[in-house]
Amino acid sequence: MSILKVKNLDFNYSDKQIIKNLSFSVEKGDFLCIVGTNGTGKSTLIKLILNLLKPDSGEILLYGKDSKNFKQFDKIAYVSQKATNFNAAFPATVEEVVSAGLYSKNGLFKFKKSTDKQQIKKALDTVGMYDFSKKLIGNLSGGQQQRVFIAKALVSSPEIIFLDEPTVGIDMKAVDSICCLLGDLNKKHKITIIMVTHDISSILYHANKVLNLSEDGHIRIISAEDYRNETISEHYRHDKNC
Amino acid sequence: MELLSYGFIQRAFLAALLISIITPLIGNIIVLKRLSTIGDALAHAGLAGVAIGLCAGLNPILSAVIFSIAAALAIEYIRRAFYRYSEMATAIVLSFGVGIAAVFSGFVKNSADFGSFLFGSIVAVSQFELYMVVILSIIVCIVMIILYRELFYITFDEEGAQLSGVPVKKVNFLFTLITAVTVSIASRTVGSLVISSLMTIPVACAMLISKSYKSNVVLSVMFALLFTISGLFISFLYDLKPGGTIVLIGIFVLIILLPFRRKN
Repeated sequence: MSILKVKNLDFNYSDKQIIKNLSFSVEKGDFLCIVGTNGTGKSTLIKLILNLLKPDSGEILLYGKDSKNFKQFDKIAYVSQKATNFNAAFPATVEEVVSAGLYSKNGLFKFKKSTDKQQIKKALDTVGMYDFSKKLIGNLSGGQQQRVFIAKALVSSPEIIFLDEPTVGIDMKAVDSICCLLGDLNKKHKITIIMVTHDISSILYHANKVLNLSEDGHIRIISAEDYRNETISEHYRHDKNC
Repeated sequence: MELLSYGFIQRAFLAALLISIITPLIGNIIVLKRLSTIGDALAHAGLAGVAIGLCAGLNPILSAVIFSIAAALAIEYIRRAFYRYSEMATAIVLSFGVGIAAVFSGFVKNSADFGSFLFGSIVAVSQFELYMVVILSIIVCIVMIILYRELFYITFDEEGAQLSGVPVKKVNFLFTLITAVTVSIASRTVGSLVISSLMTIPVACAMLISKSYKSNVVLSVMFALLFTISGLFISFLYDLKPGGTIVLIGIFVLIILLPFRRKN
């Protein structure tokens, strides 16, 4: 079953066409990587899907509903590019940050429920950060902060998590561990993952689909395995030319 | 203690205590959104309202409230228009407020009236003004408690809050409205030039030692109460201006706390 369908999507920034006639769909349980060079509209695409930007034309259906009218906020979660660039001096604990993610489930004017604490613990346990729950978010390393933001996304038990370059500015070891964590969330917890990334080599073994956007407007959606094989042979050709 | 037996002193204390509870509650959001100067801008816009109100024979508090609300909305509008230089919005509105206040203050017949809004006249708080402060304080406390989670989320990550279903625009509008009303009503008691300090200094002190957002809010209110109570006593004992004394005590405590700030 397709939980996300994008049909004939067009989007321009001023005069420049960023996304041209893009169509693809995502099935339940997919792990889709959106790749491409800078300026090909990867982050823009996520923002269009999440209705943070308005498309010029085309249609985006989330669970069969136009994304403009989508209100089932607890079904989706988003880890933005900004997560690693937030105000590190903000006086909030890990627990407080993760509890904010419960809003999509609890809704307006609701106070903390007794079950909230258990959900926060479960989310922090999943990302291996429960021992840090009373620490200030600004006192953690980049990789730990990103795990906390993933816990914030997980706490409302979403069916899809969108991530916009979650490994930017993080050391290689932390990148690998975050990629493994996302792979686990997809395989063990059956969460659909749609992720914009540059760190394609680390994540490719966990993904099953790749959406490749290129500057000339050429769009391809292929299996991660095919993409892996292509990339390896391309690297090999490149090495031979050196 | 004999001081507290006088009716006007009791009114002054009650009004000042209530204001020192609500201003840091609002100040936490303002400071963490990096909009610390917004209090100054709204206070000066309120001052412009006072000047025009006094000239036109209107209730100066009412005209201050109207001007502050208009200024708050203008700040939001200018912030969106200059997205990458949003801090300019407060400077523009502040300058506009100062300009209008300066021009119209020349036409105010009783300059002592205008001066009481500049530096406050806490000992001259009337029964009516006290009622206004009480009602305002109840409204601000209720809004801040009910919208605690929403305001925290918006302040920490506005985009994330929007995607979680927080009605960001409506919450921001309501917050702007109560900030404007608080600034203009509190200006009458503690003074336009002091109100912004009461919004920022207790929060700054709390940020040096707090271990969570919740403790930051609680500590900032406690600091504001400490500054206000000690400031009022010292000012009454030594015949000083209460508003200025409260602010100076706050700065003094901030300097003492600086070496003890938590590591980040």
